Amino acid sequence: MEDLSFRHPVRARASGARRSAIVGVVASGNLEVLVERVLPDAECAIEIKTAAVGFGEVWSAVIGDFVERYSPGGLKFSINDGGARPDTVSLRLAQAVRLIAENGQ
Amino acid sequence: MTAPLKDLTPAERARSTSFYEASARTRLELLLDAGSFVEFIGPEQREVSPHLKIFDLPEQFDDGIVVGHGRLDGSPVFVAAQEGRFMGGAFGEVHGAKLTGLLRAARQIGSIPVLILFDTGGVRLQEANAGELAIAEIMRAVMEARSAGVKVIGLIGGRSGCYGGGGLIAGCCSALAVSEPGRIAVSGPEVIETNRGVEEFDSRDRALVWRTMGGKHRRLLGAADVFADDNVQDFRKAALELLGLVGPFGFDRLKAEQERLAGRLRSFGAYGDAVDIWRAEGIADAQAVPELPADEFIALANRIGRTSRDAR
Repeated sequence: MEDLSFRHPVRARASGARRSAIVGVVASGNLEVLVERVLPDAECAIEIKTAAVGFGEVWSAVIGDFVERYSPGGLKFSINDGGARPDTVSLRLAQAVRLIAENGQ
Repeated sequence: MTAPLKDLTPAERARSTSFYEASARTRLELLLDAGSFVEFIGPEQREVSPHLKIFDLPEQFDDGIVVGHGRLDGSPVFVAAQEGRFMGGAFGEVHGAKLTGLLRAARQIGSIPVLILFDTGGVRLQEANAGELAIAEIMRAVMEARSAGVKVIGLIGGRSGCYGGGGLIAGCCSALAVSEPGRIAVSGPEVIETNRGVEEFDSRDRALVWRTMGGKHRRLLGAADVFADDNVQDFRKAALELLGLVGPFGFDRLKAEQERLAGRLRSFGAYGDAVDIWRAEGIADAQAVPELPADEFIALANRIGRTSRDAR
C-alpha cells in the first residue's frame, strides 16, 4: 500500500449543500471516493491509499486536471484505491463532485 | 445522471435496475421508499477493518456492509446490504459487528423487521477467527431477534451469492427471496471440488453449479419462499410479500422445520442431480427448468414448489 496526499488552492467553492457523499467500490481496478465538505472555500485536499505502489506522478497529473476542471473548493476527498486506471479515477472524482452537489443531507 | 433518468419514477428505475449488477448502496436506495434511507455508522465515520492493513490490503470505509433504517411501503424497516465486490462481500470483524448491532437493536425494539441483502462468499480469510466469531454472533442475534417477534427476511441475488457463513445465517432467517443468479449454499463449488474431487463436483460446469445452488432449485426445494426476477423492484415486491406471510416464531416452529427438512432428505436424499429431484416433484419437462423465463418459472414454482413458511 502507498499513501499519497495532495492539497490545491481552488478558484471557487463547489456547489450544493450536502455534507458528504460516497461513490465507487474498492475492488480490482476500481476505487471508492468519499467526499466531505469540511475545508475553507478556497482549498481542496485529496488523500489516497492505493494498492498500486509507485504511481505518484500519474496521480498528481490526474488530480491536477480534475481540480482545474471542476474547481472543487471546500471539499476533502478520501480515496481507497484497488488499482484503478486513471480514466476510472477521473470518472469517480467527477461523480463524487456531482453527487455532493445534489440536494440532501 | 442525465435528464432522461431524472424523468423516471423511482419504481421505474427500480424495475430497470438489475439487482445482480447494482451496488449495495444502489440496491438499498431503490428497494426502500425514495429518500427514506438513513445509514448507521456511515463511511464518513471510517470504521474500517483493523486486520487488512497487516496484509497490505486496501480497506473500504464501510467495511463492505451498509446498515441503517428506512421505509418500505410506508412502514419502518431495518436494512443491511453487503457489497459483494469488496473482498467478495466476505464477513470480517467490523462488517459482522455492524450486522450484529443492527439485529440487537431490532430485538430490543421488537416490532421493526430486518431485511438482509446477502452478497457474500463467507468469512474473510484474512480475519479468520474474528470472522468466524462474527458469523456465530449474527446467527445468535437472528434467533434472538426472531424469538422477540422480529421478522428477519433475507434477499439473495448478488454476484457473490450467499455462501459459507452467509449460507448458515440465511438458514436462520424467517424467510428468503432469491433470484436465478443468486446462489445459496455453504461450501462453494471450488471448495467442494478441492476437498472431494472433480467427480463429486465439477466447479467449472456452470450449468451444474446453477442448477444445484441457483435460485430456481432453492425455490423448488422450499429453501427460498419467493422467487424474484433480477431487478430491484421485484425484490421490493418479494420483501413486502414475505413480510405479510411470516408468522410467529417459537419452539414448535423449529420442530416443524426440523421435520420438514428430515422429510425432504428422505424424499430426495438418494438423487444425484437437481433434475432428478424436479422430475420426482412432478415436473414433466424437468430438463427445461433452467431455461424457463422468470414469469413461467414463478407460475410453475407456485404450482408445485415447496415452501417453508408453515414450518419456519
